[in-house]
Amino acid sequence: MLTTRRVDAYHALTVVAPGIAERFRPGHFITVAVGGPASSTLARRAFSVHDVKPDYGGTVEFVFTVRGPGTAWLAERKARDTLDMVGPLGRPFPLPRDPVHCVLVGAEYGSAPLFGLADLLQRRGCRVDFVLGAASADRVFGALRARRMGETTTLTTEDGSLGVRGRVTDVLPSVIADTRADVVYACGPLSTLRGVAAVAIEFDIPIQVAVEQTMVCGFGVCGSCVLPVIGEDGVTRMVRACVDGPVFRGERVRFEDIGTIPFDALGAPGAPGGRAHEPGGQTGNRHVS
Amino acid sequence: MSVDMRTYLAHVELANPITTAAGCAGSGRELAQFFDLNRLGAVITRSITLTPRSGRPTPRIAETPSGLLNAVGLQGPGIDAFLDRELPWLAERGVTTIVSIAGGSVSEYGTLARRLASAAGVTAVEVNLSCPNVEDRGRIFARDPAAAAEVIAAVRASSRYDVPVIAKLAPDVADVVAVARACVDGGADALSMINTPLGMAIDVDAMRPALAAGTGGLSGPAIRPLAVRCLWQVHAALPGVPIIGMGGVMTGRDALELILAGACVVAVGTAIFNDPYACLRILRELEDLLHKRGFERLADAVGLAHRPPGSGPRGRIDLEESSL
Ligand SMILES: Cc1cc2nc3c(=O)[nH]c(=O)nc-3n(C[C@H](O)[C@H](O)[C@H](O)COP(=O)(O)OP(=O)(O)OC[C@H]3O[C@@H](n4cnc5c(N)ncnc54)[C@H](O)[C@@H]3O)c2cc1C
Ligand SMILES: Cc1cc2nc3c(=O)[nH]c(=O)nc-3n(C[C@H](O)[C@H](O)[C@H](O)COP(=O)(O)O)c2cc1C
Ligand code: FES
Repeated sequence: MLTTRRVDAYHALTVVAPGIAERFRPGHFITVAVGGPASSTLARRAFSVHDVKPDYGGTVEFVFTVRGPGTAWLAERKARDTLDMVGPLGRPFPLPRDPVHCVLVGAEYGSAPLFGLADLLQRRGCRVDFVLGAASADRVFGALRARRMGETTTLTTEDGSLGVRGRVTDVLPSVIADTRADVVYACGPLSTLRGVAAVAIEFDIPIQVAVEQTMVCGFGVCGSCVLPVIGEDGVTRMVRACVDGPVFRGERVRFEDIGTIPFDALGAPGAPGGRAHEPGGQTGNRHVS
Repeated sequence: MSVDMRTYLAHVELANPITTAAGCAGSGRELAQFFDLNRLGAVITRSITLTPRSGRPTPRIAETPSGLLNAVGLQGPGIDAFLDRELPWLAERGVTTIVSIAGGSVSEYGTLARRLASAAGVTAVEVNLSCPNVEDRGRIFARDPAAAAEVIAAVRASSRYDVPVIAKLAPDVADVVAVARACVDGGADALSMINTPLGMAIDVDAMRPALAAGTGGLSGPAIRPLAVRCLWQVHAALPGVPIIGMGGVMTGRDALELILAGACVVAVGTAIFNDPYACLRILRELEDLLHKRGFERLADAVGLAHRPPGSGPRGRIDLEESSL
């Protein structure tokens, strides 16, 4: 680990990790083990990659807020401590083939992965506009950088301490209209993404969302991070955010059904294909573990 | 000099004793990004069901002290997709594969075993008995020696003669030895223990159960003493029956503990979530430990803690069920 710094309400850790830096694409995330080798907290913690630099063979930076014991432990790390980090994980943001207009929406630390994306989009000749928001000014991450990079940057805070009072979804319609946006990219809490996706669908433009769903392994083996997503074939499946995402097409995510198994999901209790072939066919849908 | 790490499940030789635990290695592909699965003694698949299953609603996993509570609910593609896509992928790579199956009735288990009998690449079948019996008001098979034995007999009868049938037992039962004995009498060639005991956590901030399903199975180091106790009792009662031990193995030292209690194979579950390389690390650490203790063969350490104080021949130590 190289450096630790505070950025307003957030902590940023930079780690020397050439193998991760080399393969990184915007939208990828990393996981870290927390609490040291004999830790009693076994779930890995997931973080979006904020920045990747070529220094020291390749460094990776992520930004976080202290939520519980894992992030509290991370916040106490010092330069030169070592960190158990796995990545890059997940599917990155897909990029448009043509030089289109893109609005990048970030809520809270959700803006962290958007700057690498903006850089790539601009190198492809895309126009990039930012909408960043949070509860208060100190929780809006990367406003300065957005102002430097974006064609326009619109900031929102719920307490009105910076930019427009309100939420990103309040200003998004006018930003889409003004910039004649062709596509929206968004990252932030699920409730925000749901609202952002609804706006983009209203404008009938593609929306890519990077979701945050409770993860344990981060590489597809534990099954904790599933959410209902509609596939190409129109069938809803419980897919894993860590390997099938975290980036999804916004209109495919059934935000209102997260935390449930929609009755029409593949393999849902009582759904077509979810019933045993047994004569008299009752299913055992109450299996334990 | 290296230690001979070979071990046997009935007549089937495994190159080493470390396997993945059922439901903890996805389809195999996820783990194969990190290392060659052929370096494991075997891969135990997630429990395969007759039809696709979406699993339980989220939150499905909660972190507890030195453990995880899970109510994933056997999410999986069903036997057709498994035979179509997942098993062939493992078979083509020559991965030693133990297929775990789960059903809601005796006949469902039998059907699953029959489907596997005609498939290539099945080294053994592990029968997950921690499932509710829909024909007996949802009573868990593993908690009822007679029902467990009936399932094992049905699977044994539907499986190829050269494919060992392994009964996977739950620790939260009145008498684990009675269930183990019933399964062996029913035709089990080997046993596997422990599945996750049922637990529960409440999110004190939300003042609601931490899992959407309410209760969940507890795994990780928190349950290792439970695993050691079950292994100890069952190995003492049935010393000739090979046992796959599992429950909270994070290091080679933990694996050795289960081996000393009576396991000849050790499966790793929760540790994989924390460290994708856990299985290989544990194998290396275990081999080192055995070497340092002067063992030439892993087999010589199996059940060794059962020997009476002092040396001499191995004896049997009876344990009371009660901890009082
Ligand atoms: C793809 C992805 C990207 C993320 N990027 C960032 C980021 O850039 N910055 C940042 O601050 N946070 C990010 N998070 C959230 C971060 O993972 C959680 O804040 C962190 O795991 C909390 O751990 P804790 O021990 O401090 O909190 P606790 O709440 O005590 O955690 C308990 C358990 O819940 C899990 N958990 C709790 N909240 C979340 C959550 N929102 N998402 C996933 N798991 C959770 C933890 O992993 C742990 O298993 C991201 C999550 C995901 C899935
Ligand atoms: C997320 C998760 C899923 C599991 N799925 C299965 C399963 O499908 N079938 C099964 O027999 N056991 C399943 N288990 C139990 C494990 O195979 C193992 O018996 C138990 O977790 C104890 O080992 P551990 O502490 O190393 O994880 C699962 C455990 C976990 C944590
Ligand atoms: S976090 Fe384990 S499967 Fe996604």
